[in-house]
Amino acid sequence: MEPIISARGVGKTYQGGFTALRDVDLDIRRGEIFALLGPNGAGKTTLISIICGIVNPSSGTVLADGHDIIRDYRAARSKIGLVPQELSTDAFESVWATVNFSRGLFGKAPDPEYIEKLLRQLSLWEKRDSRIMALSGGMKRRVMIAKALSHEPKILFLDEPTAGVDVELRQDMWQMVHGLRESGVTIILTTHYIEEAEEMADRVGVINRGRLVLVDDKRTLMQKMGEKELRLQLARPMNALPEALAGLPVELGEDGQQLIYHFDIRSEDTGITEFLRRLNDADIDFRDLHTRESSLEEIFVGLVKGAREESMEEESQP
Amino acid sequence: MNWYGIRAIYKFEMARTWRTLMQSIASPVLSTSLYFIVFGAAIGSRMGDIDGVSYGAFIIPGLIMLSLLSESISNASFGIFFPKFSGTIYEVLSAPVSAFEVVAGYVGAAATKSIILGGLILLTARFFVDYDILHPFWMLAFLVLTAVTFSMFGFIIGIWADDFQKLQIIPLMVVTPLTFLGGAFYSINMLPEFWQKVTLFNPVVYLISGFRWAFYGVSDVNVVISLGMTLLFLLLCLTGVWWIFRTGYRIKT
Repeated sequence: MEPIISARGVGKTYQGGFTALRDVDLDIRRGEIFALLGPNGAGKTTLISIICGIVNPSSGTVLADGHDIIRDYRAARSKIGLVPQELSTDAFESVWATVNFSRGLFGKAPDPEYIEKLLRQLSLWEKRDSRIMALSGGMKRRVMIAKALSHEPKILFLDEPTAGVDVELRQDMWQMVHGLRESGVTIILTTHYIEEAEEMADRVGVINRGRLVLVDDKRTLMQKMGEKELRLQLARPMNALPEALAGLPVELGEDGQQLIYHFDIRSEDTGITEFLRRLNDADIDFRDLHTRESSLEEIFVGLVKGAREESMEEESQP
Repeated sequence: MNWYGIRAIYKFEMARTWRTLMQSIASPVLSTSLYFIVFGAAIGSRMGDIDGVSYGAFIIPGLIMLSLLSESISNASFGIFFPKFSGTIYEVLSAPVSAFEVVAGYVGAAATKSIILGGLILLTARFFVDYDILHPFWMLAFLVLTAVTFSMFGFIIGIWADDFQKLQIIPLMVVTPLTFLGGAFYSINMLPEFWQKVTLFNPVVYLISGFRWAFYGVSDVNVVISLGMTLLFLLLCLTGVWWIFRTGYRIKT
């Protein structure tokens, strides 16, 4: 199936000479939730801003639902809704007026029934006549989402949607995002909260220093990149790792109560059988065992660190 | 053409006018009324006619122009500056609207406000002095043309300004002096010959002169030249706006 967003060779160098994006190729599949991860200044917002028409690219092309974002900007932009990171709202406008303004701006005929439904979904209906300046931060965030959805877009960009949002609203937003995906909307979100990506995304892209380091299915990524550990709760605590376990990727937990065995799930032979055999031979008993997988956050930190070291190496080469 | 987009911007801007009615309409009408009281009724009664027109009536076109220019610039510049300042400009930039549609929305609303204001000042003047309008069509044409042109000029200022001071500096330091020195309160024929020639470099002279001609059939410069200069300034503003959107100057990085 044709991707709903297709970026090829997208680069952005600002007037001051700072390169925010380098040769980014990215395909977003229809109907998926795609999480774009990266540290501050990695280029996430620049990429989104280019796709949405706010920033001009220095190079490359982007197609949104098959329409070039520059040559055929009307068709491309009408498919896209954007919730920016900053809470930029018309403080003196009412909720009803500002959401209707957004719908009109995107070329859609007034549809009070749809706007009412939208405001009800976002728990904003009771506040429809309130001025935006009188709303709480969380409510303002909902207004931003309502504005972005007012023209019934096929693609929704959420730039740090839950930054500064309380736990309850965050859960509500996650639910809403899942609901939108079920209705056929493709969602691209950037986030600092890795657990958010872990919870919501189908696929994950990691961007660092303007380069797209990787794009993969979240589960595959966690399987491929993730390290697993087998933790054994010992029947009797130990002071040091026994000789019998020498040469194995195993360590003794801080309290001496646990043996932690690291293994790579991609490997054909994880070595677990050998580890358990040696434990048996050395007469080491354990009361309990469980396995733990690396979190997306650990994978992300590893990737970003790796990319930084690589780039430093490149820079230091004569 | 995204008509709904134009309408959305236009309605949004007009809603701002109604929200700030005292500032947008009542305040300029009041200050112009004060001009009529001071210059028209008090001082004007002791002054002779100019080109056969009583002084109170003579200053009407100039006073309307004074408000029209400053309000057109101020409305349009603030209209586009504030979204830039507050960050809400992202929505306009990411919407399927062309440069023409954006300008039509913002400039159309600013010009509408100015035209309403001009009409109100004209009505207010009736309370203080008698006047005639010899060429109503051309009066309206100059009113609309000037409102649109200076709203567009204001739009350019709003894009250029990156702080509130810059927003005010051109209207206050350039446009207001040019209007005062452009024959709003006198005929340029009353100036010494040298200053008459210097005054011809002031573009506002042509606007006021043409507008006054529409009222009383008298003008400082030929009405065709006035119209030509107004159209030339409109063309310059259109070129400026076209360049802004082509390059993304101060609106897109």
